[in-house]
Amino acid sequence: MEEVKLKKDKLIIANKKFSSRLIVGTGKYKNMSECAKAVKLSGAEIITVAVRRVNIFDKKKPLLMDYIDPKKITYLPNTAGCFNSEEALRTLRLARDIGGWNLVKLEVLGDKQNLFPDMIETLKSTEVLANEGFKIMVYCTDDPLMAKRLENSGASAIMPLAAPIGSGLGIQNKINIKIIRNQTKLPLIIDAGLGQASDAVIAMELGCDGVLVNTAIAKAKKPYEMALAFKNGVIAGRQSYLAGRIDRTLSGRPSSPFDGII
Amino acid sequence: MKKKIKKIKIKLNGKIKLISENIKMSDLIKRFKIPINKVAIELNREIIDKKNINKINIKKNDILEIVHFIGGG
Repeated sequence: MEEVKLKKDKLIIANKKFSSRLIVGTGKYKNMSECAKAVKLSGAEIITVAVRRVNIFDKKKPLLMDYIDPKKITYLPNTAGCFNSEEALRTLRLARDIGGWNLVKLEVLGDKQNLFPDMIETLKSTEVLANEGFKIMVYCTDDPLMAKRLENSGASAIMPLAAPIGSGLGIQNKINIKIIRNQTKLPLIIDAGLGQASDAVIAMELGCDGVLVNTAIAKAKKPYEMALAFKNGVIAGRQSYLAGRIDRTLSGRPSSPFDGII
Repeated sequence: MKKKIKKIKIKLNGKIKLISENIKMSDLIKRFKIPINKVAIELNREIIDKKNINKINIKKNDILEIVHFIGGG
């Protein structure tokens, strides 16, 4: 019965339904086949990809699309590496032309040291892209006011950072994530900064709709095992959230009844 | 006597290339074996419709960017 219930529990982004709530990045792997195997083990149905120049002069360089079929897995083009709105818009317009899909991840970085998003450029880009018909999943700070502005500007999903990209620090501001959760009906996906599967559990238990992970899997000592761990972590966290946790108390409550003690 | 083909200079993915004059975008795609359904092409900062590649002539000093998807976060 419960299993049936969970099967119906879909992640819906821009009217598209997904069974997996784990989105994985495809960067930093040793090679394409390691990446493809980790993606498969993670159960992810959405992967983030970058837009870069074709290596015209080295034909032997493997292509991502030869390893991960975009007909089976949703490619989510990302603007990682863009530091202003103009670069991000150019990248996503090109991305749309490669595959013909509108669902994209907007990431406009503001500082090279911490890779924090530049929210002014991000907001500006969101407005333009929404007007051009893009469905935008937006990487952002965990600021509830900014999240609201993105929502009002036409974002399709809000993706606050847990911690700086690639830092592995886990969720640093649970309160803000909870506030954003309570204020928006848009998909809320934790993006960046997770380090281990328990971080994904926490994100899901806070009520997030999903998590996006790259470095924590790709750079784990055993990427395949970590891909599986994140898959299970996301499922466990979601089940725990839906199950509804007990209230916290400061005193002990016995699990066995006092009645009938000998 | 064989007629000498005039060469023109273009910028392709950030690198200067000398190519024959009067060639079409489709010839260039063929020459570099670009998988057309897996790329997007920008000509002088404008995205071109891939259906029209056999109608577009490459001109001197054109700037071409051909991009595709790679692994990324």
